[in-house]
Amino acid sequence: MNGFSLLRIVQLGFKSLRLHKLRSGLTMLGMVIGVWAVITLVAIGEGASHDAQEAIKRLGAHNILIRSIEPTEEKTGGSSTRNFVSEYGISYHDASRIQATIPGLKRVLPEMLQRRTVFFDRFQQDCQIIGTYPFYPDFTKAQIVRGRFLSEFDDLHRNNVCVLTESLAAKLFAHQDPLESQVRVEEQYFRVIGLIREMSDVGQRPQGGEQEGRPMDSNVYIPLTTLRARFGEMDMDLRAGSFKLERVELSQLRLEFASIDLVEPAIPLIRAAMDKDRKKKDYELIVPLNILNAIKEQRARDTRMLLYIACISLLVGGIGIMNIMLATVTERTREIGVRRALGATRTDIVLQFLIETLILCLIGGLTGVAGGCAFAWAREYFFHLTTIITEWSVVAAFGLSLAVGLVFGLYPARRAAALDPIEALRHS
Amino acid sequence: MSDKAIIQINAMTKVYDLGQVKVHALNGVDIDIREGSYVALMGPSGSGKSTLLNILGCLDRPTAGSYRLGGEDVSAMSDRQLSNIRGQRIGFIFQSYNLIPQLNVVENIHVPLFYQGKDIRTCYDHCARLAAKVGLSDRLDHRPMQLSGGQQQRVAVARSLVNNPLMVLADEPTGNLDSTTGEEILALLDELHADGRTIIIVTHDPKVAMRAQRVIHMKDGVVDREDFKTAPERVAAQSGHSGLLFKMILPGSLGPNVSPYGAGTTGAETEAS
Repeated sequence: MNGFSLLRIVQLGFKSLRLHKLRSGLTMLGMVIGVWAVITLVAIGEGASHDAQEAIKRLGAHNILIRSIEPTEEKTGGSSTRNFVSEYGISYHDASRIQATIPGLKRVLPEMLQRRTVFFDRFQQDCQIIGTYPFYPDFTKAQIVRGRFLSEFDDLHRNNVCVLTESLAAKLFAHQDPLESQVRVEEQYFRVIGLIREMSDVGQRPQGGEQEGRPMDSNVYIPLTTLRARFGEMDMDLRAGSFKLERVELSQLRLEFASIDLVEPAIPLIRAAMDKDRKKKDYELIVPLNILNAIKEQRARDTRMLLYIACISLLVGGIGIMNIMLATVTERTREIGVRRALGATRTDIVLQFLIETLILCLIGGLTGVAGGCAFAWAREYFFHLTTIITEWSVVAAFGLSLAVGLVFGLYPARRAAALDPIEALRHS
Repeated sequence: MSDKAIIQINAMTKVYDLGQVKVHALNGVDIDIREGSYVALMGPSGSGKSTLLNILGCLDRPTAGSYRLGGEDVSAMSDRQLSNIRGQRIGFIFQSYNLIPQLNVVENIHVPLFYQGKDIRTCYDHCARLAAKVGLSDRLDHRPMQLSGGQQQRVAVARSLVNNPLMVLADEPTGNLDSTTGEEILALLDELHADGRTIIIVTHDPKVAMRAQRVIHMKDGVVDREDFKTAPERVAAQSGHSGLLFKMILPGSLGPNVSPYGAGTTGAETEAS
């Protein structure tokens, strides 16, 4: 069997398949849907996990987040504790202890969050005042859109300057350039020095359950020293008629490590440092690396499940193809007999039918790949949903469709070749 | 005409083992066929005629005995070898044309060469010439569905010649055709014979058999008797009349062995002896 005959057999296969266009098309459809499903499902799954991973990565796999949470006893303590000032959370003492004792620590970023209302002209917005350090944008990958972020100088001199999130500025300033304007928070005026765009960020979530629904993207950044000097550590919550006072020194601490390998071993040390002199559990540790790993594991599980589903659909497609090919062999028994009489060997017949099956699978597979890619592209383009076509899914889907063709085509082909030429010729 | 026997069958038997019973389809057949001869094979069903045809066509193997085709013993060849022999040395013409529906006229004629690894581009002219020879030069790209029965059988005749075979085996070639078109096909076979081809035709129609030089009658798995035609009878057959009619017109001008229903082979010198 030389290359030319193989080519001829392929041409022959196309001719035979063209004879029954509808049947060939429907048979192919099983393959198309199978391959399409593999590629599309994997692309959607991959896109979703990519989004999640990006979110985690923005927090930083190098980072650990320590966040103040209201201890549960006080939360459920009943109305008697309602009017008391609840004191909890990370203290400056904790921060300095961690900075001093944890090995491999590169930077510590403290953040103080308070809920206030910001005014400009007749406009007002509920917002989060965030007191922090100048290297905040570097740490959180926030993007400076205009102007500059807070400087060491601002921090040192407790300047009344602020940086607004882009979206807050858009709400507050209707007709005016926000830069160099003065916004008011309570009795304090702050000069706007820059606009910033936050990446959607786990660290930026409102704390706890009670504050859910507050805007996440309306932030006013001021130097931490300024925040302490102007507003103190008291935070008031006026919601739904209840009145609550909280006293929290630091809302959260972001720890950055020099390398990912140092993150895991530092966790027990951080816990030990935090739990010293602590009576109640008023903080939580968020380890993005762990979340990242969990997401990766979840993704591997999802991918495996998708593959099972895909394999089943390809199997169904394969059975459909085998069914049709068996019917074709029966229908073309005469032709097989004639070909045998005219000098075709069994191998020729096996090849002819096998190649016909493979053509069905190949075209079906290619159509499926094209359809899957087109769908993924359209999903990304029209709905702006992250959809990632992975090379392995294309290769696997296509390879699987060919394998299915080989496996399910071989039996009908062998049956065709095993026919006795005399019987086949007599077949009506 | 060469004296060389291209088919030599000796003491051939074929037994079908059906479990409890063994069917003796051939019971010791001896036949020699010379190159260029035109042989008709006749006999009632169950006579072993079909079995003999299958073995002659290398579609089946004898249980015992030898079959030499063109000097080569093919009786014990493997399936693959037999396929090659069929493709290279035998041309088949079937009762029901058996063209391949998805191929056009030229491609159908090309099929035996295809299995010998010859590209249609290199032998297109050869195939087209054969199509022209059977009068289908204007239908080269027609599909079998677009042709009449007679035209399809012409394609089959051309196909049987494409590999320049040692012999053409025709199994009831006119069985599915009306008498006029059947006549056209038989005329084509006569032409082939005139060109020196060896033709073996299986038929139950005495009129068809009449055209052959030699008629082999099979019965119960053996050669019952053989008739050898003289030239006038064959002329009569070729002219479109039945031999029987010819005999009535010219009684006594021919020997007693005119009719295929006749009792013996008296008078005819045995070609095989």
